[in-house]
Amino acid sequence: MKKNSHKFLSKKWAPYLFISPFFIIFIAFALIPLGFSAYVSLYQWDGANAMKWEGLANYVWVLDLQDVKWGEIFSLDFWRDLYSRDFWRALYNTLWIGFVAGLPQHLVAIPLAYFIHTKLRVLRNPILAIYFLPFITNTVAIALVFQALFSTQFGVVNEILTNIGNWSIFGMSPLSWLFPTEKIDWARGDMTRWTVSFVVWWRYVGWNTVLYIAALQTIPQDLYEAARVDGATPWQQFWNITIPLLRPMMFFAVTLTLIGNLQLFEEPYILTAGTGGSGRVAETSAMYMLKIGMTDGDFGTASAIAWILFVFIALLTVLNNLLFSTKD
Amino acid sequence: MKKSLSKQLTQTIPLGAAYVSLFIGAFIMLMPFYYMMVFATRTNTDILSVPAPIWFGTSFFDNVSELMRFRSHFWHAMGRSLIIASSTTILNLFFCSLAGYAFALHDFRYKEKFFAFIMATMLMPAFVSMIPTILLMQAIGWINDLKAMVIPGACGALGIFMMRQYISGAIPRELVEAGRMDSCSEFGIYWRIVLPLLAPALGTLGLITFIGSYNNFVGALLVMRDQDSFTVPLVLRSLQGTSAATWGAISAGSAIAVTPLLIAFIIYSRRLIDGLTSGAVKG
Repeated sequence: MKKNSHKFLSKKWAPYLFISPFFIIFIAFALIPLGFSAYVSLYQWDGANAMKWEGLANYVWVLDLQDVKWGEIFSLDFWRDLYSRDFWRALYNTLWIGFVAGLPQHLVAIPLAYFIHTKLRVLRNPILAIYFLPFITNTVAIALVFQALFSTQFGVVNEILTNIGNWSIFGMSPLSWLFPTEKIDWARGDMTRWTVSFVVWWRYVGWNTVLYIAALQTIPQDLYEAARVDGATPWQQFWNITIPLLRPMMFFAVTLTLIGNLQLFEEPYILTAGTGGSGRVAETSAMYMLKIGMTDGDFGTASAIAWILFVFIALLTVLNNLLFSTKD
Repeated sequence: MKKSLSKQLTQTIPLGAAYVSLFIGAFIMLMPFYYMMVFATRTNTDILSVPAPIWFGTSFFDNVSELMRFRSHFWHAMGRSLIIASSTTILNLFFCSLAGYAFALHDFRYKEKFFAFIMATMLMPAFVSMIPTILLMQAIGWINDLKAMVIPGACGALGIFMMRQYISGAIPRELVEAGRMDSCSEFGIYWRIVLPLLAPALGTLGLITFIGSYNNFVGALLVMRDQDSFTVPLVLRSLQGTSAATWGAISAGSAIAVTPLLIAFIIYSRRLIDGLTSGAVKG
């Protein structure tokens, strides 16, 4: 019996102790700050001096909708006017980049995963490693390199693109309709968003490929064999077996992309040197929030932005859930 | 004859196109790394010339000393980043495997609810807590303190998930029962029986955690304010826009910063990808 008293903890309570670190850290560094930020969002506060009660004024200021002409909602001017307001422009930029960078990630990753999984043997691991490499690298380091590669004058990207565009055979340039023949100014307003989207796509396409391969490995081979016996073409097999069985993983991966892209910060921040680019076309919501909070030192307003975005992300996540669950 | 040839073509052409796309994609994935290394060994004149250099030069050490001239604290930042990443990794391996052990091999009240809650926190957008994190760190005096970058990430939800998956698949309950028969404590079972069997999963989780922590830019931006407390991403970022720093120096710094990760990845990539594609992430 004496031995039992050595027990670190009884069998009943030990598991609670073992899982407690997560909850202690979560409460201290996530839950309490969250609650505090909800409180701060109702005050005017610079983080140092006395707090001043403001009610919902921060939220009203951020949304900036008091003098919007709702009657003109179907005119272009209405949306131009909305875009000129900081919060809405940042939100639009975030959605734009999130979509342009996010959708192609999956459109490329699914066939890529399928191809690697079904066709490659020896090359499988090296190819996967190459595609996964961008995911593990330092965003700041790689974004700095991309900045050099996308330079208008000396950038390699322009060099390659214009070389393809100007490639001539029999006195004609057969690819000039698809590729540029002149150097593209990547820092020009609307181009910045494309550049940022490309870097985000580049970084996460391999990660999604790995997720889809994980799912492909769980699909039993005899399903394909049965289909082959029934005379299904490879294309039909892909469309009628693979895609439906990938649905759960698509939902998981798309959710991760959605949540990740709505919080996009590092890539646009480094690629535009923190400015958001000319006309602030690549300033995302997270950049806008940190600018208000850290540069302007307005913690109340920044907290209000955080909560508005939180609600927005939650709504989109629910929408995503509905989209994936009603398709059946 | 002709028909079989056209049939052959309809099969080989798409396959060939797929292979070509695969290699073009791989080229796009590798290109920035390659140019980072090339630029790191080139003078600024080379880098700014058209066409750009496509092969390595000899100016690497000039670029490094240039980097040192502007950012003498670069090596300190490197050391700080490695310390932060190692401590975060060790704490994660310990706490996550402990929690994973409890979830996989113990029965306790509200187990499923606790686990579902932990999984749900993964969906919580991190930026909601950015501003409050600054406030909290100011309140407890952790601004510029390494702790601010280690403790909040010391027990990740993803790690707990991975560990639970691995332990429930790899470790039979009988082993734990046998340990209890030998009157091991619950912690003793974990430490002496379970933990030694976790090596593959610990390797995967360790590498993921290390990479994430070493690359953590936003977290550092929020709390590491003084130059003397900068981590590598912050030093690199500070080179941006200073007209004095050359692209060669910036690329050299980037290349040095990425090298530890590249080495770790080259050594472990096979195991990491196997770990990620088999079981670890499948829901």
